[in-house]
Amino acid sequence: MAENILTPEEIIKRGELVFKKTKLMTDNELSYCPGCGHGVAHRITMEVIEELGLEEKTIGVAPVGCSVLAYEFMNVDMQEAAHGRAPAVATGIKRVYPDKTVFTYQGDGDLAAIGTAETLHACNRGENITIIFINNGIYGMTGGQMAPTTLPGMKSSTSPYGRDINMMGHPLKITELIAMLPGTVYVTRQAVHKPGLVRKAKKAIKKAFELQQENKGTTFVEIVSNCNSGWKMTPVDANNWLDKHMLDYYPLGDLKG
Amino acid sequence: MEDVKLMKGNEAVAEAAIRAGVDAYFGYPITPQSEVIEYLMAEEPHKRTGMVVLQAESELAAINMVYGAAACGKKVMTSSSSPGISLKQEGISYIAGSELPCLIVDVVRGGPGLGTIQPSQADYFQMVKGGGHGDYRLIVLAPSTVQEMADFVELGFELAFKYRNPALILSDGVIGQMMEKVVLPPQKERLGDEEIDKRYGSWATTGKKNGRERNIITSLELKPERQEAHNLHLQAKYKEISEKEVRLEKINCENPDYLFVAYGSSARICQKAIQLAEEKGIKAGLLRPITLWPFPSKEINKLAEQVKGILVVEMSAGQMVEDVKLAVNGKVKVEHFGRFGGMVHSPDEVLEALETKIIGG
Amino acid sequence: MTEEIIIAGFGGQGVLSMGKILAYSGIMENKEVSWMPSYGPEMRGGTANVAVIISDERISSPILQNFDTAIILNQQSMDKFESGVKPGGLLLYDPNGIIRHPSRKDINIYTVEGAAEAAKQKSSKTFNMIILGAYLKIKPVVKMDNVLKGLKKSLPERHHHLIPMNEKAIKIGMDKVKEVNKL
Repeated sequence: MAENILTPEEIIKRGELVFKKTKLMTDNELSYCPGCGHGVAHRITMEVIEELGLEEKTIGVAPVGCSVLAYEFMNVDMQEAAHGRAPAVATGIKRVYPDKTVFTYQGDGDLAAIGTAETLHACNRGENITIIFINNGIYGMTGGQMAPTTLPGMKSSTSPYGRDINMMGHPLKITELIAMLPGTVYVTRQAVHKPGLVRKAKKAIKKAFELQQENKGTTFVEIVSNCNSGWKMTPVDANNWLDKHMLDYYPLGDLKG
Repeated sequence: MEDVKLMKGNEAVAEAAIRAGVDAYFGYPITPQSEVIEYLMAEEPHKRTGMVVLQAESELAAINMVYGAAACGKKVMTSSSSPGISLKQEGISYIAGSELPCLIVDVVRGGPGLGTIQPSQADYFQMVKGGGHGDYRLIVLAPSTVQEMADFVELGFELAFKYRNPALILSDGVIGQMMEKVVLPPQKERLGDEEIDKRYGSWATTGKKNGRERNIITSLELKPERQEAHNLHLQAKYKEISEKEVRLEKINCENPDYLFVAYGSSARICQKAIQLAEEKGIKAGLLRPITLWPFPSKEINKLAEQVKGILVVEMSAGQMVEDVKLAVNGKVKVEHFGRFGGMVHSPDEVLEALETKIIGG
Repeated sequence: MTEEIIIAGFGGQGVLSMGKILAYSGIMENKEVSWMPSYGPEMRGGTANVAVIISDERISSPILQNFDTAIILNQQSMDKFESGVKPGGLLLYDPNGIIRHPSRKDINIYTVEGAAEAAKQKSSKTFNMIILGAYLKIKPVVKMDNVLKGLKKSLPERHHHLIPMNEKAIKIGMDKVKEVNKL
């Protein structure tokens, strides 16, 4: 068997290179579960930064959550923020370095629960930053607890019988709220569980970073993603469930800009 | 000619910040320190030096803006008063853990809870002993005049950058609100981006230029062995600061029979009490810690051998007195006197406490 | 020389700014000064007071229990501060609105009809300068030209045209001050 497997060098030599990892992703082993959308979302974000030639002027902010270690994988200058505070941290950076490119990468608990105030106010001030928001409807890092975006009836370790909206409130459509704020210039909802959607999401991220260069206001890209571990599904089932249920509540497309 | 002005302590901090070449101030209004941000907004320092001033949506946001900007190697500060500082504690712990230089000003009011807006020194525990989570220290400067409010801005930044550690000016409602003569420092230029890269490029996140490795600012280390090593590094740094950066003032300490230990506005009141004591033939001196951390334990221990008793005077139910007792280590009687909850002791009360608790007690 | 003064009245009467002008005048004479206000939610219409110290020496406590001079501008402040005047000290007050007049015999007491005189000037804003004039007549702790310099320093430039009006008010206060009890 072994002799049939080509080394990367052999593949490249044969002119069959179909994919090359951006140099703005490190070689560190990803800490995400197999099938998780974070890896793709990381990669396309970093590809965009490389393609736009922003490597030397980019400062990213990692959140608390599964992507707390995003700085281990994203090969640009990075800061690690306290839970929910990434937009405030990014504001601090951008205000003292208005010419740098600044982005936050946050999950739903970080952005839409504990960091709601920081998120809304940074967007409302129109900070010239890009916010990448990964919404998988659950707290992955801490073991699958209910998130502000958990769907009605959806089970989690703190809603073991399903989210009861009478008791636990409604899933928060924070992206819709953000689109209402005059400080935001581009607000969109994307997904990365299918190749076509990945291409669209990358385009959206690129547009967001391009608009940041024009100092037009906050750009906000939600990526509806999966959490097969937290959802207790196989990766394939998780993607199918995402397609069937999450996108109903969180429809894809541009909300603004 | 010297630039003499009549200013509130809060205003002096703000003007000194502009003149120190501070890059950014992030704050949130709270009595009795709102004059800091009001003064800055009125002065429009972006026109004078390019300094950024931003009113955040909360103290939490403000301290995290400080985190972000400080992590870029910039000279950044915030100010608040006790309940607001309680909110900032999360960010302060992260800043200390990530070893970022910055300046925080706390104009203390009475607590607990919403408490009162009147002066107090009951934040000693939360600022000197920690307040946020984890083993960390702040360099704590305690001004007792409006002049020192101004002077400690640059001193605070100097120490903060020297040790990559947050520094704090621990003031109170008296010093913040009162006006005194102040000689302002000359205008310093803000550092240019190239200079920042030259000085702090080894750690600051300014964009990874010229093929350097990326810089990461974080306080997270999941492996306990490595987190312990980071803590040991911090402790070594704190030890060095303790040895090198103690600051204090001694008044009437040549040959006193009794000693007051007090900081900030309480030290001012003790000075008056010393005059009143003199009229009664009582020889009292004052040791005023200027740095509350590092604490002048050695000097207090030395003076403890020369006096018959020590009275610690604080606008609190007794906080710094614990550190004085540790320093004195049983050599001589140590008592505490203080009004609190927003009440300020009078010099008469302080003298009476010396007479009843130390001399007659 | 150390002069410890409390100025107390309603917010909006110009209590704090009067103290500020006095402190600035002290600076003009190269003296040490401190200005410590009561602060809080009681702004316009509530009580306001400020402790001003002018001294040749470094000022210790900026917070005062006893005063060389008390300048009292409402009844609440009379009730609160009369007893704090040092024996032999000065109490100056505007009798307007005062129903319980000071009763001490061991202090110097003067009055000035500040509110009434300000009304005659058709400018309530001159009130505090009339009071200041009365005080400086009794205790010339700072020279008049330094008061004008102090005034200039403490007023924003856009208000400098008001200085002549304020100077006039100070002089009115100097003329109208009345002795009630002199030791």
